[in-house]
Amino acid sequence: MVAISVQNINKKYGDIQALNNISFEVRQGEIYGIIGPDGAGKTSLFRILTTLLLAESGTAKVDGLDIVKDYKQIRNRIGYMPGKFSLYQDLTVEENLEFFATVFNTTIKENYDLIKDIYSQIEPFKDRRAGKLSGGMKQKLALSCALIHKPTVLFLDEPTTGVDPVSRKEFWEMLRNLKEQNITILVSTPYMDEAMLCDRIALIQEGTFLQVDTPDNIIERFTEILWAVKSAEMFRLLNDLRQYDPIKTCFTFGEVHHITVKEDLKMEKLENYLKEKGHVDIEIYPMKPNIEDCYMQLAQKVAI
Amino acid sequence: MIKFLLEKEFKQILRNSFLPRMIIAMPLMMMLVFPWAANQEIKNLRLSIVDNDHSTYSERLIQKVTASGYFNLTDVSASNNEALQSIESDKADIILEIQADFERHLITEGSANVMISANSVNGMKGGLGASYLSIILQDYTSEIRDEWKQAPVMATLPIINIVPQNRFNPYLDYKVFMAPAIMVTLLTMLCGFLPALNIVGEKEIGTIEQMNVTPVNKLTFILAKLIPYWIVGLLALTLCITLAATIYGLIPAGRLTTLYLFASLYILVVSGFGLVVSNYSNTMQQAMFVMFFFIMIFILMSGLFTPISSMPQWAQDITAFNPLKYFIQVMRMVYLKGSGITDLTMQMIALCCFALFFNGWAVLSYRKSS
Repeated sequence: MVAISVQNINKKYGDIQALNNISFEVRQGEIYGIIGPDGAGKTSLFRILTTLLLAESGTAKVDGLDIVKDYKQIRNRIGYMPGKFSLYQDLTVEENLEFFATVFNTTIKENYDLIKDIYSQIEPFKDRRAGKLSGGMKQKLALSCALIHKPTVLFLDEPTTGVDPVSRKEFWEMLRNLKEQNITILVSTPYMDEAMLCDRIALIQEGTFLQVDTPDNIIERFTEILWAVKSAEMFRLLNDLRQYDPIKTCFTFGEVHHITVKEDLKMEKLENYLKEKGHVDIEIYPMKPNIEDCYMQLAQKVAI
Repeated sequence: MIKFLLEKEFKQILRNSFLPRMIIAMPLMMMLVFPWAANQEIKNLRLSIVDNDHSTYSERLIQKVTASGYFNLTDVSASNNEALQSIESDKADIILEIQADFERHLITEGSANVMISANSVNGMKGGLGASYLSIILQDYTSEIRDEWKQAPVMATLPIINIVPQNRFNPYLDYKVFMAPAIMVTLLTMLCGFLPALNIVGEKEIGTIEQMNVTPVNKLTFILAKLIPYWIVGLLALTLCITLAATIYGLIPAGRLTTLYLFASLYILVVSGFGLVVSNYSNTMQQAMFVMFFFIMIFILMSGLFTPISSMPQWAQDITAFNPLKYFIQVMRMVYLKGSGITDLTMQMIALCCFALFFNGWAVLSYRKSS
């Protein structure tokens, strides 16, 4: 069963091509991640699929319904959580949930099972106004409101941006549970570590999909030799590494630099080069690639 | 469906810490304060007198001037120069100088001179002050003439006695003229500004996004925004009418139903206008500024303060496109003249056109933006 199918979607804002010939399919009950930096076109894609924006060309179906022709039916079946908190801040937690339930012609009681795990965590604060909730609780409320009408497809646009690491982890656990209820989830995120939690991911840059696959396959396809390098002066090290010819790419990754090197380069040779440059406390060791390395490599290729 | 939306809307209005108080305070303020303040009668002019005669007749003239109620005697100077200084230092608005030997000239020659000098920085104040003063002087001369009529020395002179009759507002009470028009500005603010700002507010916070993905259609959404303010507007109008009746004893000469019919029509016009503005603005700031721009023009060119007939022709042409003008005309005509619907067909047609125009535009521009 295909829950979302997208064919050749294009969207332009003036001269800027926000989405460039995007095509992909999401199977029912899948968590599908759209991974990319800010401004890559993630939100435009979500707005098109949730019938808020019209594409210039291309077609798409959500739950078998055309996004242009059957937009009214689609709105009954999808749940959308925009990147920005968009509930009524002057209504209480319970009033917000009740309001969105009635708007979809249902009641809290009817679908309480679905949101129980999530809503029970914020239920103690149900008389508090939504604007006064913490970031993590706002997120949970927004997810509850997006789920209250039992949607078949859930669109989550950067749901964890600006949320603390603990809440982020909890949030992804909730998504896992929803998946078990056979709800399809399309989620976008700028965080590469969250990509590993999706069933399949699409890496997006400047409106183009770089690669679509499971996270593991994408990592497996990484062919370069990857090392981590460390020294006492990290910033000077970065410049020196980038000037060294046998090194293909070099990016900062927290407390180390990740480099991809030409095959004939030996670790000793690099170490000697760095010693010549006056670096001390040098550490070089091979690394297993992660999604971010893959993204950087793919993005680099496109740029060339 | 709309029931739930309305419920939410009212909840939000009532929960707002500011709005409900404003909705009550605005009509009160407008009805209790503005009719007194927005008053173009010139009163309490500060008068400086230079009496070079100090006779019974000059004394009598001064008494008559001060008894008129328009002038406050604030300064008595010995010379014209001294009096001019008091005008320069803004202690007086107008000088009345009585010539030396005023009484003697008046009795022996039958004529005497006085001089009026007015500060005309505010042209209207100066001009009106001077003309008030000359009317009092005329009155004074005819009084003296009447006294002397018995004396055979003076031949009776023909005088035209003018008795003005002021129709519809017999005591020329400015408040009676202003109060109905002020109700119009109130309706404009409540039913034009508030729903527009509310919709733009939803845009700004992003809740409109969330509403757009629900099955609620646009018409329902917009109606749910407008209806609460229509109700609020009509309640405020009722409050105003009650206040006008109890405080100023101002009861419409025409029928209340005519008043409410036109008010409802006018509410459609301004809320349509507000919707157009809200469709084109993305932030409250934009919407607020655009609204202010138009409302200023609408109010200044509506005949609220200055009569339209005294504007230059091109300005009069512009006022034809001002919905406020028509509704102010209606309010004044119903309140003061007791006009019925048949007398107001022109205004009725104009307001209907405006309502169709703005609401049509609002619907079209809303579709385009999505």
